[in-house]
Amino acid sequence: MKIDKATLQKIAHLARLDFEEAGADKMVADMTEILDWVEKLNELDTDGVEPLTNMSAEQNVLREDEAKEPLSHERGLLNAPKKDSDYFRVPKVME
Amino acid sequence: MLNQEIRDKYKVVIGLEVHAQLLTQSKMYASDPVEYGNLPNTNISVITLGHPGTLPVVNKRAVEYAMRMGIACRSEITRYNIFDRKNYFYPDLPKGYQVTQDKTPICRGGFIAIKTKEGGEKQVSLTRIHMEEDSGKSMHLEGDVDTLVDFNRAGTPLIEIVTEPVVESSEEAYVFLQEIRRLVRYLDICDGNMEEGSLRCDANISVMLAGSEVYGKKVEVKNMNSFRNVQRAIEYEIERQILAVEAGEKISSETRTFDATTGTTISMRTKEELNDYRYFPEPDLSPLVISDEWLNSVKEQMPSLPWELLHKFVNEYGLSEYDAQVLTDSKNIALYFEELCSQTRNYKAAANWMMGPVKGYLNELTLDITNFPLKPAQVAELIELVDSNKVSFSVASQKLYPLLLQQPQQKAIAIAEAENLLQESNEDTILPIIEDVIAAWPEKVEEYRGGKKGLLGLFMGEVMKKSQGKADPKKTNQLLREALEK
Repeated sequence: MKIDKATLQKIAHLARLDFEEAGADKMVADMTEILDWVEKLNELDTDGVEPLTNMSAEQNVLREDEAKEPLSHERGLLNAPKKDSDYFRVPKVME
Repeated sequence: MLNQEIRDKYKVVIGLEVHAQLLTQSKMYASDPVEYGNLPNTNISVITLGHPGTLPVVNKRAVEYAMRMGIACRSEITRYNIFDRKNYFYPDLPKGYQVTQDKTPICRGGFIAIKTKEGGEKQVSLTRIHMEEDSGKSMHLEGDVDTLVDFNRAGTPLIEIVTEPVVESSEEAYVFLQEIRRLVRYLDICDGNMEEGSLRCDANISVMLAGSEVYGKKVEVKNMNSFRNVQRAIEYEIERQILAVEAGEKISSETRTFDATTGTTISMRTKEELNDYRYFPEPDLSPLVISDEWLNSVKEQMPSLPWELLHKFVNEYGLSEYDAQVLTDSKNIALYFEELCSQTRNYKAAANWMMGPVKGYLNELTLDITNFPLKPAQVAELIELVDSNKVSFSVASQKLYPLLLQQPQQKAIAIAEAENLLQESNEDTILPIIEDVIAAWPEKVEEYRGGKKGLLGLFMGEVMKKSQGKADPKKTNQLLREALEK
């Protein structure tokens, strides 16, 4: 599967990542290679095989609806790059 | 302005997406509490904040609440459920994805019946109901360089109810939402409060020439935080689209936001529009399988539904369709009435008390029936006093009832005795009053005896006045006729 530059741009936008334009060709090549490798899986006959959505065979891992002690406000905010005494602060989203 | 003639050329097609916050104690995938109005960032956990290495665990009650809704809407309940990640970046979504259900919504199909303007019934078909988690809240304060984020709401369990594109007007959308609110309240799964955001609605709206086979491009309208605003936003959007089509413009598929101050919708076309959610199965949650046994136990615990109570009120209590409708409008009123009917056999009187004096009091003080000072047994006692002719209905409702409301710990009969409100049906007490009245109005008595039978009302009124409303009207009427015709 061939990745083109438009797809690369779209994926970068969706991941909110910037990249150096100079590296674009290499990235296109790498991504194509990765996808080709994954493509190999299509050679397997999976007719009648249900998709595997979870690596364990467990089902119905459920929790009773009980509220427990929350994480403390201070610890919750501890690792935030920017905060005030109440809130997480992030770059302005709306003008 | 759009004239009616042009408008009538178009058919309106609306699909609604309604989010309801579930009334659980804890969050959808974590045990931090769900509470409204706490200090910012206090109902949080490492799972809610999306810290690496944490694992979500599904809240069993949230699943059961979603099942309740599906059962009430006659949806098919999906037995094998998985969860999916919906990927997008927004600061109030800490993980960078929302855990939702894409491929296997817990409920499929079904419908919600609404009353139409013409008095008929319309079944609004549902596409699906699925479970997901709410986001946090972002605040964009004027003059602040940053956006402030509060994660208390993040992870709150939601169901999203999606209708087929079968809603045909803003009024229908309004009625449908009210019906959803009534239903979630009856089911005890959501408080149904649109203003506080526990019930939210987005609308997909398009217009097409009547008779056309081709749907118009649909526009999604968000941010309508009251029932009235949903109606206003849809109404505005229909007009905008028809005017645009009439002017030869193309409608583009887009998301618009409703501005309640101007009553208009505004395009939100931003880079966010380019989102591609890239759903994939959530590998952190194991499949959820609903057995017959589990489904049956949820069915057995279903609270009474509005139409079940309506049916009972009409068929068992002999109420009119209209009265039953009014009494089942609110769940708490219906349950109070149910309780009242277990204490009296006079269901018609019970209905009249509910719709008259009781509702009057609640409306005047804007109280919910759960704060009504009288217990159903006390209202039943008032009914009994009237039925046994101890007080007249008018004295009971206009004198005794207000007094009882002021001293609800008292027995109604005790108040009636203390306030001298008991009805007089003793001939020895009533007859002297009748004689007085007859003596006071000799000319009228002559006219009556001459054939002007309509004057009976005047004499009745006089006797009642002199007895201070206490004379038993039936007895008085009988004695009065006898006295006049002597």
